[in-house]
Amino acid sequence: MIYAAGVDVGSTQTKATIINDKLEIVGRSLIDTGANVTRAAERSFAEALATAGLKREDVVYVVGTGYGRYKVTFGDAQITEISCHARGASYLFPATRTVIDMGGQDAKGIKVGEGGEVKDFVMNDKCAAGTGRFLANAAEALGLSLDEIGKLSLQAKNPVRLTTVCTVFVESDIMSYLAQGKKIEDILGGVHSAIAARTISLVRRVGIEEEVTFTGGVSRNIGMVRALEEKLGMKLNVSPESHFVGALGASLFALERAVKGTGLKDEVRAGVET
Amino acid sequence: MAQAAEAVKTSYQGQIHLLQKELMGNYFNQLTRCAEQGEGKAAYMLISGNPVELILAFDLIPVYPEINALQLAVKKVALPFIQKAEEIGYSMDNCAYVKADVGLFLGDRKTPFATIPLPSLILCNYVGCNVYLQWFEHLAEYSNGTLYNLDIPFMRDPSGKPSPEDVTYVVRQLEEVIELCERITGKKLDYAKLKRIVALSGETGEMWSRIKALTKHVPSPFDCYFDSVTMMAPLYCLRGTEEGLRFFEVALKEMEEKVQMGIGPLPEERFRFVIEGPPPWPYLRVFRDLFAKWGAVAVASTYSTVGGLWEFGFRHDPNHPLESIAAHMLEWNLTNRNFLQRYEQIRRYVEEWSADALVIHSVKSCRLFSAGQGDMREYFTKELGIPTLLVESDIEDPRYFSEAQMKNRIDAFFESLEHRKILHAASAEGRRT
Repeated sequence: MIYAAGVDVGSTQTKATIINDKLEIVGRSLIDTGANVTRAAERSFAEALATAGLKREDVVYVVGTGYGRYKVTFGDAQITEISCHARGASYLFPATRTVIDMGGQDAKGIKVGEGGEVKDFVMNDKCAAGTGRFLANAAEALGLSLDEIGKLSLQAKNPVRLTTVCTVFVESDIMSYLAQGKKIEDILGGVHSAIAARTISLVRRVGIEEEVTFTGGVSRNIGMVRALEEKLGMKLNVSPESHFVGALGASLFALERAVKGTGLKDEVRAGVET
Repeated sequence: MAQAAEAVKTSYQGQIHLLQKELMGNYFNQLTRCAEQGEGKAAYMLISGNPVELILAFDLIPVYPEINALQLAVKKVALPFIQKAEEIGYSMDNCAYVKADVGLFLGDRKTPFATIPLPSLILCNYVGCNVYLQWFEHLAEYSNGTLYNLDIPFMRDPSGKPSPEDVTYVVRQLEEVIELCERITGKKLDYAKLKRIVALSGETGEMWSRIKALTKHVPSPFDCYFDSVTMMAPLYCLRGTEEGLRFFEVALKEMEEKVQMGIGPLPEERFRFVIEGPPPWPYLRVFRDLFAKWGAVAVASTYSTVGGLWEFGFRHDPNHPLESIAAHMLEWNLTNRNFLQRYEQIRRYVEEWSADALVIHSVKSCRLFSAGQGDMREYFTKELGIPTLLVESDIEDPRYFSEAQMKNRIDAFFESLEHRKILHAASAEGRRT
């Protein structure tokens, strides 16, 4: 059995997955990235190995992805998360033509070809509006946890109209709505709706074609899923693995290279071929 | 998809880099002598469609505040000047070229490369940018130099051609500039000298145009973005002089030799791209290396035509000196052309220079040049199916450059191009078998 791994070092969280040559996910882990990026990558990989019951030497190829991909010092190659999200999303949902990825500090839209290849992509520029960080700040301003806000937002009856999508100024906006006596769920409804609108206008630049797969940490937020679906007028593909799509894509690339034997040391390649 | 080679470090090589250093060193020394010893009189101009021929005919020294500003950025000393301008009220969003230059003016005008002389003439020769107009007005106020605003009509007709009235309008203004230069220098225009200078400009344009045609070869003998900037300073500061022409003759010969030997600027040319927009001067080398790593060479660039567009046939004509200077200012420089012409120029580059992709570098502090680049991206990706990457930072202000973000976008873009190449090769293989 051949095993390959992908380690996705994001700005907020580090994800790792290990797959076997039947393309089954056999191990995974999710940890906070923190200040020491190299250690986060190592820890995350070690945890994924533990959940799979494997040893380091069982994994023949590791691909690093995400902002910290060059800090995956034990990795055999680095590939951007854009390619990895496209690949991972196509694996989970083969009819994917558009990927919306919302992470801690990034929002991106990827146009995907039939083979999971990137045809075009756009990303937010130097501004965290429309990302997980915006939601985290909004949650904090309301004294809630990130896991609670999505569900609460679905109860909104009269969602407020946020005047800003600025991650810094959202707190003062929320304070002013609280002072006006607005309900928390209505404020959250407004927060999710504002972010969904901004993300959609970003993704429209590459063209939104069905099927649309939603990936990244924010895809776990049911409020954001519904807000995007409502504005787009279509269902989104969301999987329990959505948070791991970058790492999954990286491990698929890793497996491909392991099987082809490209970039492997001779002794490893011999092992792979036999 | 194959892994990009680890960090290919680019280095500037060849005679022209050395010769450029020497010539521009002489030019900057001339500026310092003018500033410190009162040798000669300085005329300020803007790069876009610069009428340097007229200035040289009066032995005035051409000074380009844009070049001074970008030199500050390249030498990584621009920020304190920018901040000085911000302290007196220039906004964060204001053009950073303007702020760096104003900051310079607020002090003793000393830079690591020259002391910049005060202007005798401030010739605002480009009105397409309202900020630039005010920049030169501010400089006039700080310096007591004589200001003249040349009103150059924008190429608003879909044909992209100036009307006969446009040409007459500009020629009449050039005649006023001549009168002004006569008053400033105390000498009459030597018409024969102007014709000689215009003839030299015509020949220089011919050399430059032939040099730029060489990048149609595979591999391209030089990078038409990162190496073109080396040749652009002599094109503006020394055009119309014997030594300027010699520089371009040497450059042509050197590049022709490279074509014959099949040598390019990188060990291997894996991608050919066209690039739109000025470079991020404070991070020029970092930016170049992000492309070099992928074996990506710019085979054409719109930025190398901001001062003048020669590769589609325009030449200065010594038999009609003022009319040809007017034609250059009106029609034959990138910034005075309309968007349809800008699109057409890029489309021709992609087709005739056999490029794989288009890269747009958008400038945060210049909305005027960057406005419309979103549509440009749409047009090239969706209408023409040309892979296009849009990245953003700044020409001058180092605070807008995020290396991690830039790297991520460029890496992802070339990963996808590489993937496409593999798929393309596989399908070609499939057809053969």
